[in-house]
Amino acid sequence: MVLHVENIHKSYGKEKILKGVSFKIKKGETKVIIGPSGSGKSTLLRCINQLTIPDQGTVFLEGEEVTHHQKEINRFRQKMGMVFQDFNLFDHLTALKNVEIGLIRVKKMDKIAARKKALEELSQVGLEKQGDFYPAQLSGGQKQRVSIARALAMDPKVILFDEPTSALDPELIGEVLEVIKKLALGGMTMVVVTHEMGFARSVANEIIFMEDGIIKDQGTPYKMFNNPEHERTRKFLYKITELYGKSEE
Amino acid sequence: MNENLAVIYQSFPFLINGVMITLGLVTGALGLGFVMGIPMAVGQVYGNKTISGIISFYVWFFRGLPVLVLLFLFYFGLFSLLGFNLSAFTAAILVLGLRSAAYQSQIFRGSIQSLNEGQMLAARSIGMTKVEAIWHIILPQALRLSIPGWSNEYAILLKDSAVTYAIGVMEVLTRANFVATRTYRPMPIFLTCAVIFIVLTYGGVKLLDILETKVKIPGYGEER
Repeated sequence: MVLHVENIHKSYGKEKILKGVSFKIKKGETKVIIGPSGSGKSTLLRCINQLTIPDQGTVFLEGEEVTHHQKEINRFRQKMGMVFQDFNLFDHLTALKNVEIGLIRVKKMDKIAARKKALEELSQVGLEKQGDFYPAQLSGGQKQRVSIARALAMDPKVILFDEPTSALDPELIGEVLEVIKKLALGGMTMVVVTHEMGFARSVANEIIFMEDGIIKDQGTPYKMFNNPEHERTRKFLYKITELYGKSEE
Repeated sequence: MNENLAVIYQSFPFLINGVMITLGLVTGALGLGFVMGIPMAVGQVYGNKTISGIISFYVWFFRGLPVLVLLFLFYFGLFSLLGFNLSAFTAAILVLGLRSAAYQSQIFRGSIQSLNEGQMLAARSIGMTKVEAIWHIILPQALRLSIPGWSNEYAILLKDSAVTYAIGVMEVLTRANFVATRTYRPMPIFLTCAVIFIVLTYGGVKLLDILETKVKIPGYGEER
């Protein structure tokens, strides 16, 4: 079990965002979380790598407890990659340096080895020629792919994707989904929050439907699209598929 | 007219030596302010309530008093009280520097806070400690953004350096006054003094403009 998330609760002031969310994910699995805005999906991801500290609940990474161990959080975060909706690339560094910096400063790799690995990761996402460009000179799709390379460079055990294509122009979504799909097929363990139903259908081992801070339904793509337990799930999936179209089969 | 020009010509070396003192004051004070201002800004943004409280108090104090009052308070009052035997020049650098730290910390704080929250989140998500994130990710960007405000602080300090006349520092204005009172020719002398200050101010600002262009992040702020 790579990740074991148990009974996460989180409130912001009076508002309760997460009301007891639990799930597990095994090595090589891809789980896709879907749900309406405000359902707590992003908050959940941030509670996993402790960028947000949950009020209650535990997170285990490969059997070790991540919650309540703030002193070791940096070590855990090296093993949990995160890809943000707004990319969050380091604007003052080239694409190559963005991927390298974690290796040099956090993993304390020597510069030559770090550069080699960074170039490999950029190749993996198809951007080996764009290494010397700065984020401001890249398109949204390219920026997101660099940020995936940055996460990959740290050799994480699991990657958390927080709506990776929501901020992209429609034409650029495809190139990013291709990369994520490739990672899934390559055996990376991933938790992906997204509205891209076609992607979910073709890549997910399990789809988790969240609403109002709890998991309302979950199951294989086949089950969720054809035979979900709740009418609400069926309605939501139908609406989303209608809105976003079937971008992949 | 000839006498005026002659007076300027004769006193020029004396005034130019004052420029060395003025530049010494400005570099010293800016430097002290810079070295103190950055940790203060970081402390205010990322520190706990106690730390940011102390820093806020410091800023409040040094921003609340006129330069002249601070100079007198420290040079004639505090330093003698504490037994420090500092020259007017050293005392002036100290006081101007401590004051500049208060202003510079606010410039840096503004720049740090103008950065997207995502920068810190991304840095921490790859396992950087808060300190590593501040040093490698936040400050390099914040400092670049601070150059315009800092250019302002340079211009202000240059002008404030003239106030140290009041505690006897032999900078440009002090010397100009010295010459003017002895030659009874205030106009040409103080005009020369004014020209010197304008050249120093805009010379420095121009250098900082060049610096800003040199360290500019490619593509930043442009339309894609």
